[in-house]
Amino acid sequence: MIRLDALTKVYATPQGQVAAVDRVSLDVAEGETCVLLGPSGCGKTTTLRMINRLVVPTSGKIFIGGRDTDAADPVLLRRTIGYVIQQIGLFPNMTVAENIGVVPRLLGWSSDRRRRRAEELLAMLALDPEQFLGRYPNELSGGQAQRIGVARALAADPPVLLMDEPFGALDPVNREAIQDEFLRMQRTLRKTVLFVSHDIDEAVKMADRIAIFRAGRLVQCAAPDTLLARPADAFVAGFVGSDRTLKRLRLIRVREVMAAADGSDAGAGPTVAPDDDLRRVATLFLTHDRDALPCVDADGRVVGRVTRAAVAARLALEPSP
Amino acid sequence: MRRTPMDKPGRLWNTCRRHETAMETLTFILHNLPAIGERTLEHLSIVGVAVGVAILTGVPLGIAITQSQRTADTVLYLGSVVMTIPSIALFGVLIPILSKIGQGIGWLPAVIAAMFYAQLPIIRNTYTAIRNVDPALRSAAIGMGMSVPQRLARVEIPIALPVIIAGIRIAVVINIGVTAIAAYIGAGGLGTFISRGISQTDIRQLITGALALGLLAIACDYSLLWLQRRLTPKGAQPRAP
Repeated sequence: MIRLDALTKVYATPQGQVAAVDRVSLDVAEGETCVLLGPSGCGKTTTLRMINRLVVPTSGKIFIGGRDTDAADPVLLRRTIGYVIQQIGLFPNMTVAENIGVVPRLLGWSSDRRRRRAEELLAMLALDPEQFLGRYPNELSGGQAQRIGVARALAADPPVLLMDEPFGALDPVNREAIQDEFLRMQRTLRKTVLFVSHDIDEAVKMADRIAIFRAGRLVQCAAPDTLLARPADAFVAGFVGSDRTLKRLRLIRVREVMAAADGSDAGAGPTVAPDDDLRRVATLFLTHDRDALPCVDADGRVVGRVTRAAVAARLALEPSP
Repeated sequence: MRRTPMDKPGRLWNTCRRHETAMETLTFILHNLPAIGERTLEHLSIVGVAVGVAILTGVPLGIAITQSQRTADTVLYLGSVVMTIPSIALFGVLIPILSKIGQGIGWLPAVIAAMFYAQLPIIRNTYTAIRNVDPALRSAAIGMGMSVPQRLARVEIPIALPVIIAGIRIAVVINIGVTAIAAYIGAGGLGTFISRGISQTDIRQLITGALALGLLAIACDYSLLWLQRRLTPKGAQPRAP
């Protein structure tokens, strides 16, 4: 859906030419969430801003849906790309409804249709339309404002969403909540998302694929599990952290390592569900000093068991790159 | 200070004189209400046209110079230079120039001079207000696909409007003062009462002119303040006094 081909941005500085983005090539499939991850100044935001032409590339090509974006009018192109920024950037002179309606209005939707769309999006984000549509941005909390920021980006139903550290300014509790909501929405919307982050935990949680940047270069692009299991070099290994195996645990579901129940786990004690991640399993292993746990479904029926050996075997498995 | 008995009659006489002056001025005002009204309208026509033209030129100029720091510095410097020229000197310069089209004195030079003095506060406030719009908002507006005119009309100018109107308020108050001086070049207006009051040593006209000018300035300032509050976007904090 989005293809970056040897994308380069060179800035002239007093110290000479500096390549902020250096021959980055990347393919993002339709419906995929790709997180651009790296330390600050690594070129990830510049890469993102070249896609909606807020930054003009020095060389290289960007294709969206197969079309070369060089050929498109930048103003019209941007209306087809949702854009969320860390500072949120809600217009203080407009109500929530008007903010959400900005792009639809640019596209010439009727006011009725804009209003219906705003109501629909607020409902999707678990905000009461009646209560919020008429509010101004200064009457919103940080978490509410960023939800509106996301709604605004989704308003005209763009196939592509660019998110520049969208949840970076939120407190951890709010960030978790809005990440969960976004994941839930993304499961039904299946947008192609490019998401800039400097937080490995956020990247592991949100991404189908993670692209790691260092000094303008793309050093590794892989699924979170692969990245954590097999970092390409010392930089990536250092960036994902020495606890990368623990991070992998949150990516793996119980159902992936579950064996058939053998009746040995009967009786009281902790249980897990097939959709729990292995972090919970590991925690229960440690706190209850167990080597195996029964796995129960929503009705409490035992459907299988998970053992230390099975978890270890799954972690040793080299995921296909 | 010690009081001497001689003071008393003197003070009494002064008090009587003050009462007399007040009464005489009041009588003068009441007898000349139509003339005062007419002079006020003359005054407002000069200020209104001058500020109107200054808004039409100064606001676009203030927005345009946000694009270039150097142009902005030059324009704002020229604006400040104009402000330092005494108005009577500017009228003096305009007389020979405008005489060529037979308009050396009267309404036109008054409007032109007032228009010059109105430029700086309007340009400067517009420039500052647009410059102070949060870069994140500009970035969001561009990123969402607004063209430059759309961005100005829907985001930047609405947010900057209170500060722009604050500049217009300053321009109006300055212009009411400049126009008072313009009475000396035959432009009419409320300054006529003061110039005549001085030349005829008529305290009634002096007080009438001063009083009317003061009230006019206060009334204009307050109505523009009201407008400024009305036009402040509900979601934006008040940003200017």
